Amino acid sequence: MVLNTVAAIGRVALGACRATGALALFAVEGVSHIFRPPYYPRRVAAAFAEMGFFSLPVVALTAIFTGMVLALQASTALSRFSAESASASLVVLSVTRELGPVLAGLMVAGRVGAATAAELGTMRVTDQIDALSTLSTVPMKYLVAPRLLAGILALPLLVVVADILGVLGGFIIATLKLGFNGPIYIAATLDHLEVADVTLGLVKAAVFGFIIALMGSYQGYNSRGGAQGVGAATTMAVVSASVLILAFDYVLSELFFVR
Amino acid sequence: MNASIPKIRVRGLSKAFGDKVVLDGIDLDVQPGTSMVVIGGSGSGKSVLLKCILGLIEPDSGRIEIDGRDLLGLPTRAQAELRASIGMLFQNGALFDSLPVWENVAFGLLARHRVTRAKARDRAAEVLSQVGLAASVGDLSPAELSGGMQKRVALARAIAAQPDILFFDEPTTGLDPIMGAVIDGLIVDCVKRLGSTAVAITHDMASAQRIGDRAAMLLKGKLVWQGAAAQLMASGNPAVDQFTHGRREGPIQMELRR
Repeated sequence: MVLNTVAAIGRVALGACRATGALALFAVEGVSHIFRPPYYPRRVAAAFAEMGFFSLPVVALTAIFTGMVLALQASTALSRFSAESASASLVVLSVTRELGPVLAGLMVAGRVGAATAAELGTMRVTDQIDALSTLSTVPMKYLVAPRLLAGILALPLLVVVADILGVLGGFIIATLKLGFNGPIYIAATLDHLEVADVTLGLVKAAVFGFIIALMGSYQGYNSRGGAQGVGAATTMAVVSASVLILAFDYVLSELFFVR
Repeated sequence: MNASIPKIRVRGLSKAFGDKVVLDGIDLDVQPGTSMVVIGGSGSGKSVLLKCILGLIEPDSGRIEIDGRDLLGLPTRAQAELRASIGMLFQNGALFDSLPVWENVAFGLLARHRVTRAKARDRAAEVLSQVGLAASVGDLSPAELSGGMQKRVALARAIAAQPDILFFDEPTTGLDPIMGAVIDGLIVDCVKRLGSTAVAITHDMASAQRIGDRAAMLLKGKLVWQGAAAQLMASGNPAVDQFTHGRREGPIQMELRR
C-alpha cells in the first residue's frame, strides 16, 4: 500500500522530468536551427505576419480597454489617499512593466499558440512532417525555427503598440471622464517613466513570444492519434503557454525590478 | 552498378514499440532496377520497415545497406545525403496543404538544388505532365483535388528529383479499381523511365502483381515468404495463399483483441 503510493509519486515525478527534459531538448534544437543554414526567410515572414500583424486588432483592443479601466480604478482608489495626481504614473507603469506584455502574451497565446499547435499537429498526423524529411528538409528547421524567431521579434513590437494604446486609453478616460487636464496628464505620464520600464517590458515580451511559439510547436509536433490528439495538443499549447507566461512574468519581474 | 551488390540490403532489422515487437529480424535484398512488393496485413509492420530505411524511425538493431554502404554507421550528414536519393509516396499523399500543387511537386528541388523558383515551376509542370496532369493544376491547392489527382501529385513530388530509389506506401488504397490501375501504370512507367529501384507495400493483390518483379510477405514482424510477384497467387505457402486469396480459415489467425 505504502509502496504503491511511493511508486505512484515516483511515476509522476519521472513523467514530469521526462516531459521537461523533452521540452528543453526541443527548445535547444529549435533555437540551434535559427542560426544554421539553410534559412527560410519566407517562413519567418509568414510566421511574423501571423503572429504580429494579424494579432494587432485583438492586442490593440485589449490594451485600450485595459488602459481605460486602469485610469478609472487608479483615480477612484487613489482618491481615498488624496493621491489622484499619481493616476497617470500608475497607468503608464502598470501598462509598460506588466499589463502590456502579459495581456498581449496571453491574447497571442490564445490566437497563435492554438493555431500553431493545430497546424503542426495536423501535419504530423497526416505524415506531412515525415514527408518534409524525405524531401531533403529538416522539419525542425523549416517548421519550428522560423516560428521561434518570429515569436521573439513580433511580441516586442506588439507590446510597443499595446503600451502606446494602453496609455492612450488611460488618457481618454482621465481627460474626458475624470476631469484631468490633458497636457498635465501627459507630463505626469512621462514624469516618472524610465526607459528601463519600457525596455524591460519589451524583454519580457520577447520571452513570452518565444514561449508561445515553443509551446505551440512542441505540442503540435509531438501530437499523436488523429483529430482527438490534435485537439488535445491545441488545448495543451494554450494552457501551458499561458501558465508559463505568468510564471516567467514573476521570475523576470523579480530579476529586473527588485533591487 | 555491380549487379551483385543489392541496391538495398536489410539484415536482422528489429524494432519494438514498448513490448509490441513490430519487426523481428528482417532480411531483405532488393536488386538494382527491380521492384519489390511487400505484402502483409494491417499492423504487420510494413510501414515501419519503410520508415526505418527512410530514417523516420530508429530501429532497435540490424543493418541497412544502400549501395553496399552501411546506412546506420554513417554520420548524420552522409545519412541524409544517401536518404535524399529515396523518393517516397505516402499512403494518403501527405501533400503540404499550405502550398500550391506546383510548389509541392518542386519542394525537393527547391530544398536541395537551390534552383530558381521560375525554373522549379517549369520542372513541376513537366513532372505533372508525366503523371497525366495539366500544368494549370499547379496553381490549385491540394485540398481542391480529388483523391486520384492527389495521388498523382504525390507521385509527381516523389519522382521530381529523379531519385534512385522509390518507396510506395499503399499506392492504391482509397482509390477505385480503375484509378488504382491507372496509378499502378504510372508507377511502373515512372520506375522504368528513371531506372529506379522500387519498394512498394500494399495489400492490394492486383496492384502487387502489376507493380512488382518480386514479392515478399510480412507476418507478425517476420518475412515468411519471398518469391516472384507472378507467383503470388500460387506460392504454395499456406499463409501467403490464405492472404492473397482472402480466406478466413488458414494458418493466420486475426488478432481481434490485443
